[in-house]
Amino acid sequence: MKLMLHVAPGIVRYPLIASVILETSALVNIERASIDAVSGEIVLEVPTEKCVEVKEAFERRGVRVVPLEIPVIRDENECVHCGACVSICPTRTFRFEDWRVVADSGKCIQCGACVMGCPQRALKLVLK
Amino acid sequence: MQEKSLSEINERIRDGSARVVTAEEMPDLVDELGPAGAVREVDVVTTGTFGAMCSSGVFLNLGHSDPPIKIARAMLNKVEAYGGVAAVDLFLGATQPSEDRGIEYGGAHVMEDLVSGKQIEVEAQGAPTDCYPQRELETCLRLEDFNQAIMVNPRNAYQRYNAATNSSDRTMYTYMGTLLPGFGNIHYSGAGVLSPISNDPNFEAIGIGTRIFLGGAQGYVIGPGTQHNPQNNFSTLMVTGDMKKMSNRFLRAATFHKYGPSLYLGVGIPIPILNEKLARSTAIRDRDITVPVVDYGIPRRDRPSLRMVSYEDLKSGTIELNGKEVASSSLSSFQMAREVARTLKEEVEKGEFLLSQAVEPLSGVGSARPMKQTKQSPNVGDVMSRDVVTVLEDIPVEKAAKLIVSGSFDHLPVVSKDGRLMGIITAWDISKAVASGKPSRIAEIMTRRVHSARLDEPIELAARTLDTHSISALPVVDKEDKVIGMITSNHLSRLFARRR
Repeated sequence: MKLMLHVAPGIVRYPLIASVILETSALVNIERASIDAVSGEIVLEVPTEKCVEVKEAFERRGVRVVPLEIPVIRDENECVHCGACVSICPTRTFRFEDWRVVADSGKCIQCGACVMGCPQRALKLVLK
Repeated sequence: MQEKSLSEINERIRDGSARVVTAEEMPDLVDELGPAGAVREVDVVTTGTFGAMCSSGVFLNLGHSDPPIKIARAMLNKVEAYGGVAAVDLFLGATQPSEDRGIEYGGAHVMEDLVSGKQIEVEAQGAPTDCYPQRELETCLRLEDFNQAIMVNPRNAYQRYNAATNSSDRTMYTYMGTLLPGFGNIHYSGAGVLSPISNDPNFEAIGIGTRIFLGGAQGYVIGPGTQHNPQNNFSTLMVTGDMKKMSNRFLRAATFHKYGPSLYLGVGIPIPILNEKLARSTAIRDRDITVPVVDYGIPRRDRPSLRMVSYEDLKSGTIELNGKEVASSSLSSFQMAREVARTLKEEVEKGEFLLSQAVEPLSGVGSARPMKQTKQSPNVGDVMSRDVVTVLEDIPVEKAAKLIVSGSFDHLPVVSKDGRLMGIITAWDISKAVASGKPSRIAEIMTRRVHSARLDEPIELAARTLDTHSISALPVVDKEDKVIGMITSNHLSRLFARRR
C-alpha cells in the first residue's frame, strides 16, 4: 500500500521517517520525495499489515497522510485507450486488458509522468 | 480463380445478405476456408485505424458579411486559419497552436469543439477593396452556421509507421510521445492487422473515389497522400469528408507534451473481396507487418534504425533492444480502431454503407524524398575554435585557474590521457571551489555529464543543445570522442550578427 505524506512547514526538518520506522519497525520504501526548505511531499510503500500503524504514527507527528487507493483520476470521456501512459510509467501502473487501458491500484507513486504524456489530457493526479 | 463483381456485393449489401467481417477476423477465416472459399463466404472486410493524424484540416466557408470582407487573416478561438483562399474560405490546420493557450489548444481542438456543437469566436481582418470594403469583424459561429465545413486531409492512414525510442541521456518530447532516456521505452503507432492500406497494399480495391469511414461520417479517398511511398510500404491517403456529419467519438483533439496539437481521427475502409488476391491481402496479421525501431535520440533526418519488429512484437508490450527488455506501448488506439472497423461493419450490414468503385487505383509509385536544401547552414566545424586547451583530471584547481586566466576563455574540457572527453570545468566551478576554501583537484569539481558537439553537426543542433541545457560552450569531439575544438555561444552570436 502506498501512502502519500504531506509534510507541513515547521516539521520538515525533523527526521520523521526515521522516527516512524524506529517506532513501528515497518519496512518502508521511499518511492518518491520532493522536499524543499519549507515543506515536503513523500510517497512511501508500506506493508499492508503495518499501514494503519504507520499512518497513525505519522499523523501524531503532524503529517497529513493520504492512502493512494486510486492511482490516478481518469476522465473516461476523454480517454481513447491509446496507451501513451503505459510504457512511460516508472511503476507500470497501466496495462492493456483486451486493448482497454486499465490502471492497477497500489502501484502509482503520483509522479505525474502519465499526466503530461496523455495526449487527450484525460489524467489527473489524486491530490493536485 | 474465384471472382465476383462490386455490383454483386452492393446488391447483397442492399438486400441485407452481405457477409461482412473485420480485418481482425479475416486471417482465421482465410486459414480455414482457403482464399477461394473466403471469396465465396466473405463479401466485405472492414478495416480501421484511430491515431494522431497531424496532416489534417478543414475548409470552412463563412458566407459573406455586410458590408463584405475579403479575409486576409482569421482567428478561430485565437487559432489562426489560413485566409489566402478567396474572400471567406478558410483552411484550418489541425496542428496550428493558439495565440492565447499555445499548444494546449490548437486547430484540432477548434474542430472537436465545432463537431461537439460548441460555439467558436471568429475574428477576421480584411484587406479592404472596392468590392470588399470591410476592414475587420468579429462573430460567433457554430458548425451549422458555416456554409461548408469540408475536411481535407493531405496525409492520413499511414500504411505503417516507424516505432520510436531514445538513446540519448534526456527525456525527449516528440510527436511519438514522451521517449524516456537510455532506451527507456518504445512507442509505436498504427493498427497493424486492422490498418486499411496494409490490407490492400497493392491498391486492388482502394483508389481515387473509394468511399470510406472518416471521423464517423462517410468520406472519400481523393488520391495518394503526401509522402505516399508505396515502394517502401509507407503508403498514405489524401481524404475528404463532410465535417458537419462527423462525430466527436471519432474526432478527438490531442496535445503532445512540449510538441504540439494534433488530431486523433478514426479512418476505416471497407475492402470488397472481389477475388483471391484480395482475400489473401486481407488475411494479413500483425506478425506480417514489420517496422524499424528508430532512434529519436539522434536529432537528424536520417535517424538510425536499431532493428526490425512486427506489430505482433510491438503489441506484446516488450521488445528486446541491445539485450535489454524495453517496454513498448502504442500512441494510436487499437480499441478505437476496432470500434471503427466494427461500426463500419454494422453500417455495411445494415445497408447504410455502399461500396464505391474507384475511378483510378492509387499510384504504386510515390515520393518521400528528403528536402533539397539550397542554402546550407554551416556545420560546427566551420565556426568552432580549434585552439582548445584541455586538462587532465588530476591537475590542481590552481593550475586550471591559471590556464583560464591566461587563455581568456571560460571553459576547460577535461580529458583522459589519450585525449577522450571526460568532463568540463568552468571559471564558475573554479570560483566556487576557491570560495568554499577547499580547492583541490579538477576531478573533484568537474562536471562529468558533459554535453558535446560533433564536427559535422549543423550549428542549429549545437545551438539547441546550448539552449536546452542553459550552457554556453560545448567541446567538439571526433568519432573517437577526442576533443578537437570548442563551440561557444559567442561563435554563434558572431555568426548571427554577420548574417544580418
